[in-house]
Amino acid sequence: MSTPNVRTSQAAQQPSGAAFIFKKALISALVALVLFSLMIGVRTEAGNQGGLIYWTRFDDLAAMVAAVFGGSIVVELLRQWLGPVDKEKLVPPVVRSATALAGRWIAPALLIFTFLVPVIFYDQRYILDLAILVLTYVMLGWGLNVVVGLAGLLDLGYVAFYAVGAYSYALLATNFGLSFWVCLPLAGILAAFWGVLLGFPVLRLRGDYLAIVTLAFGEIIRLVIINWQSLTGGPNGVSGIPRPTFFGIPLDNSDDGLAAKLGIEFSPTHRVVFLFYLILAMALLTNWVTIRLRRLPIGRAWEALREDEVACRALGINTTTTKLTAFATGAMFGGFAGAFFATRQGFISPESFTFQESALVLAIVVLGGMGSQLGVALAALAMIGGFELFRGLDQYRMLVFGIAMVLLMIWRPRGLIGHRAPTVFLEKSQAISSDLVKEGHG
Amino acid sequence: MSEPILSVNHLMMRFGGIVAVNDLSFVAQRKQITALIGPNGAGKTTVFNCITGFYRPSGGSIRLTHDDGHAIQLERLNDFRISQQAKVARTFQNIRLFPGMTLLENLMVAQHNALMRASGLTFLGLIGAPSWRQAEQHAIELARNWLTRVNLLDRADDAAGNLAYGDQRRLEIARAMCTEPALLCLDEPAAGLNARESGALNELLLAIRGDGTSILLIEHDMSVVMEISDHVVVMDYGVKIAEGTPQAVRDDPKVIAAYLGADEEEAIAVMESGT
Repeated sequence: MSTPNVRTSQAAQQPSGAAFIFKKALISALVALVLFSLMIGVRTEAGNQGGLIYWTRFDDLAAMVAAVFGGSIVVELLRQWLGPVDKEKLVPPVVRSATALAGRWIAPALLIFTFLVPVIFYDQRYILDLAILVLTYVMLGWGLNVVVGLAGLLDLGYVAFYAVGAYSYALLATNFGLSFWVCLPLAGILAAFWGVLLGFPVLRLRGDYLAIVTLAFGEIIRLVIINWQSLTGGPNGVSGIPRPTFFGIPLDNSDDGLAAKLGIEFSPTHRVVFLFYLILAMALLTNWVTIRLRRLPIGRAWEALREDEVACRALGINTTTTKLTAFATGAMFGGFAGAFFATRQGFISPESFTFQESALVLAIVVLGGMGSQLGVALAALAMIGGFELFRGLDQYRMLVFGIAMVLLMIWRPRGLIGHRAPTVFLEKSQAISSDLVKEGHG
Repeated sequence: MSEPILSVNHLMMRFGGIVAVNDLSFVAQRKQITALIGPNGAGKTTVFNCITGFYRPSGGSIRLTHDDGHAIQLERLNDFRISQQAKVARTFQNIRLFPGMTLLENLMVAQHNALMRASGLTFLGLIGAPSWRQAEQHAIELARNWLTRVNLLDRADDAAGNLAYGDQRRLEIARAMCTEPALLCLDEPAAGLNARESGALNELLLAIRGDGTSILLIEHDMSVVMEISDHVVVMDYGVKIAEGTPQAVRDDPKVIAAYLGADEEEAIAVMESGT
């Protein structure tokens, strides 16, 4: 709350002469020169005989340093022209009221659009596949949101539950021939069981310690999967996982297939569309359950736990079971998503469940604004969809993506949707500013 | 009337080599306000933490007797069970609200255990069973009732973190009362309040006592202690140095010595020479 004031006073004290700007730009250019002289100035490669060959690229280096010098001057001039960085000043009131209006309609609009995606993009397999991927991450984000966003427990090993769900379905289906609809709840229950199992040892831990143990847990699950070859097939993974059926009716071009029964021509797109609506339904179920849970005593206890654990204990809330239920609920949704992933891919291997997945899902939750369902959905769209959008930039893709993330975190440090909506109200529901909402101990 | 709700017997609390509370015994009567006073570092908050389960005492016993004669040894319960089963509620010296939740939500969280049962451990609540809806309405009514009593009803939908300091103190008491306790433990409720707020607090506490809740109070503000306490226990360096009615305690030379920091004999000498 006091940050804008501090910023203003700093800005007021800053000198603003041409000499100052020049000096600042010179320092930036010097730093850039030191950094880039090795990164860009010299390029090394392994030669034919295995020896190291290198060549210099001083022209590129000079261009970069010049760009930094010029950019630094422009940034400084802009800063002095605009005054101190303050969102009240940068965003005119018209734009703000427009965004408020958009904020009210964005959720229903997004939902309707999502329902229509297979109709609009029926011929574009790439977009359908991407939409399924985005929805998978939306579901994972919503699942992790229960643990991180509501209960405030930082979980860096969420991918473990995704893996448990995927392997549960894969192994149950390939070994016992159980159908997807039987395995789906089983995968969720097994993942929730592992969630509780993880929960027990980490209950006493907070913050960084909790994060490290969950990180280790995620790795342990992956290593067990790699090394328990007799059960999981080790690094070779599990292949030949059955495709989901339309409640028993397969989606193929056989005589028993759905297309034949409906009397329409078979197309492989049918299955993709089916998968799309399947993950959409699962994600919406996750969302519905989470929204319901927030309004129940257990959900309020999660949020209270994030706000102040000591006060919770003084009010007679069993913090142990409350944390465990948060872990179990989040893990269960992760398990559902894992089962879907397995049936969609038809093949799974430990490579799909690396720490990078955990980090990506966590980034979606943090970027979306912890605890906000709509924010998580938007963030998943931006992270997964946006990343695909930059595909044309090939080698600069990561750079552009990184810059976009940094800028977003500067402008919206508490995520896309930082404020919190109350779960119950007497007269009028007022959004609670992100300044007051705690992030939890993790 | 003179029926104890809480009896502390030979309570001992050590932290390593430091003895914070040494052989403390006192009794809090039912439907009365008992004050625990003493200079800074006397061990008052440690006693509180032992009673409310945040510390496990090194020795001694703490017995709580409910209205129906059912007695509970508090030193055997820990943590949240003190509030859940023994019906002891507390507030904190440095206010501990849920700042990012509204006032109403704060009071709803306080009714967690009752609501958990009503929601059938969440499952009945998830399907929106009528019995759950009724219980929720009842909980909201209880919260509304307490918000009215602490004069915060118009701010029910504001974030608790946005309240002024005095309002936060009153909200914390309301939140503790929403657990429907038999014994309410207040850790310096008047700290940082101005004279008007402190007067309103006195009225609130007397009203709570009038409703039949016993109160145990740590307080520095002597105007609060003298005005509303029925019984005062004075501690210094972890031991009880005096006990009695507010009037008797105020005139006790040992208490004056403890508060003025003088040597005991010296203080007695001073007082005797004065009379």
